[in-house]
Amino acid sequence: MNKIAATLAGIGLLGLSSPLLAQEEAPYITLASTTSTENSGLFDAILPQFTEAAGIEVRVVAVGTGQAFELARRGDADALLVHDTSGEERFVAEGYGSERADVMYNDFVLIGPSADPADVAEADSVTDALTRIAEAEAPFASRGDDSGTHRAEQRLWEAAEITPAAPWYRELGSGMGPTLNTAAGMDAYVMSDRATWVAFANPQDLTLLFEGDERLFNQYGSVVIDAERHPHLKHELAAQWHAWLLSDEGQQAIADFSVDGQQLFFPNAD
Amino acid sequence: MPTSDSAFITALNLVLGLDPALLAIVTLSLQVSLLAVLIATLIGLPLGAALALWRFPGRGLLIVVLNALMGLPPVVAGLAVYLLLSRAGPLGQFGLLFTPGAMVIAQVLLILPIIAALTRQQVEELHGEYAEQLTSLGLTRLRRIPTLLWDARLGLITVVLAGFGRASAEVGAVMIVGGNIDGVTRVMTTAIVLETSKGNLALALGLGLVLLVLVTLINGAAHLLGEMARRRLG
Amino acid sequence: MTTLNQPLTQAIPSLILEEVSFRHRGQPLLAPVTLRLDGCHRTLVMGPNGAGKSLLMRLAHGLLAPSQGRLHWEGETPRQAMVFQRPVLLRRSALANLTHALAVKGTPRRLRKALAREALERFGLAALEARPARVLSGGEQQRLALARAWLLEPRVLFLDEPTSALDPAAIQAVEAAVDEFHRHGTRIVMSSHDLHQARRLADDVLFLCGGRLLEHTPAERFFTAPTSTEGRAFIRGDLVVSPPPP
Repeated sequence: MNKIAATLAGIGLLGLSSPLLAQEEAPYITLASTTSTENSGLFDAILPQFTEAAGIEVRVVAVGTGQAFELARRGDADALLVHDTSGEERFVAEGYGSERADVMYNDFVLIGPSADPADVAEADSVTDALTRIAEAEAPFASRGDDSGTHRAEQRLWEAAEITPAAPWYRELGSGMGPTLNTAAGMDAYVMSDRATWVAFANPQDLTLLFEGDERLFNQYGSVVIDAERHPHLKHELAAQWHAWLLSDEGQQAIADFSVDGQQLFFPNAD
Repeated sequence: MPTSDSAFITALNLVLGLDPALLAIVTLSLQVSLLAVLIATLIGLPLGAALALWRFPGRGLLIVVLNALMGLPPVVAGLAVYLLLSRAGPLGQFGLLFTPGAMVIAQVLLILPIIAALTRQQVEELHGEYAEQLTSLGLTRLRRIPTLLWDARLGLITVVLAGFGRASAEVGAVMIVGGNIDGVTRVMTTAIVLETSKGNLALALGLGLVLLVLVTLINGAAHLLGEMARRRLG
Repeated sequence: MTTLNQPLTQAIPSLILEEVSFRHRGQPLLAPVTLRLDGCHRTLVMGPNGAGKSLLMRLAHGLLAPSQGRLHWEGETPRQAMVFQRPVLLRRSALANLTHALAVKGTPRRLRKALAREALERFGLAALEARPARVLSGGEQQRLALARAWLLEPRVLFLDEPTSALDPAAIQAVEAAVDEFHRHGTRIVMSSHDLHQARRLADDVLFLCGGRLLEHTPAERFFTAPTSTEGRAFIRGDLVVSPPPP
């Protein structure tokens, strides 16, 4: 009996000591953002600089854009950094956010098997590239998760006047990374943000086939959450974060971030 | 599979090098899951025993529901706890969302049905054998709970381990309510998901191996404890 | 606890059964029994297998409730204990089995171990106190069950075929234990289908056959001149097959 009691007590102590109760540390904000920024390593590069400058820790919850909006709408995040400009504007218009600003952009790229059965590499525009894929009925892996990337992809199909359909069009309902993993596994075409692609470590036979069209422009915006709707949030700290992102310092930090010598995000705050 | 052989090397390097980030993740994983198991055990054992001993209307239904909840998808448990703890939810004012505490709550919800349902079954079986003797000795139903739990202890170790296995293996619940925040709520399973999504399959597999080793060690310790008790008490 | 080692002198309340019957799922298993047990006697419940001996003991001990009729103690319900054909021991050491019974009884924790050891000693189990109860031999297990009953200080002790699965040496130990209880003022109610055992122990006999109580007589009379034909056959050693219950 004593042995069991001692074991239980031991487990209890192990469980109770440290991080669980040690929540009262440095001031912090919770940032809802997208997997593309997290996966690329951008936050690992720029957050320490902000923390050092402002003394505020930023805790990133990286989810799909749709879920990020939902977190912010419910008052579970102090700040929002996503890439769906029209969604962000609607968020502000509905009164959940008080302000939005351009922060940076990267671009989307078309990835596919190196054999390139649809000759996407020869395309002269992104709509041309998508048309070639549809005509060849070559496998195309879509995020299918209502994320910013997924929404952008859907707009491009619309622009190409194509209604993509199964069996060659495959909606995976996954994040960018899992979608790339799956596309690599089935030699499918896929649209990715450049940051995730460059940092992606499991390309197998996939290669970058098409880039550079202006339509592939991917704008990131920072949204300030409305203080009246969610008074409990850390609005003052979040305001410092928002301001830092737009400041020369923050913009420079973004510009300095690179993977394999390649700059992934281009600051473009006003 | 160009990465498969390096998985072991990566894992080995991480473990032998005592990488501080990895250590923090491992520690948090164990803390969250062990605390969840402890809480679920403290509630689940007496609850299961009571369910085995008392007869009341709706008992059958309750047992069926409990058994069904053993198969509750972790992501559903996570979602339910998220809606509870969200600022817009009924427990929002406590600010527990995206903390290890929220992860513990979600895992308790996940494993409590397992521990309670399996305890109910084991205690009921044992009580079938003991009932007349315990009645003769004059034990009230309440007094039977500790007697039966103690005498069923060998089987109950396995029950608690089943709970721990589910807690340490699940990712769906802790991902939603913890948010996989670096250095705050990142645990082994969410780290594995993250590294997989980055395409770092070797690292992800390495983390998986570390998790497997840890779970094996804990199961081994519990097994030894059980064997000791078995040898001592027949 | 002062009475543990001295004979209990106070009168034992009488047990009275009035037209007590028992049915299970509509099947009558025991025809109405009217009966009175008093004094500090050793009552042997006899009859062939399936006669309803165990059933009657369980009703008397309160493990089962009568389907009809009334069962009550004259005066305060006395402390009772029961020893089963197959002892039900907890999955703990021999000593822990006894301290558990004392804990249930409400004995203060500091007294339990000493009392339990004393009981082990009394039933010749002192060397086995740390052994898991479940790995003891059948005879040792039954003695441990008797030691447990001893600690409950019962005024009435029920024993349901306590020796049917034991070898002669173990039977002897159990019978000696029963005598020990009796000498200390405990009424014994014990079922058996062994005539020799009954002759050794019984003050009076309850004879059951086919779910009916056929005789309740002093032992001598039962063994010399039973009144029922089934009883006569049983004494002669004929094979008495219990007719189906009433």
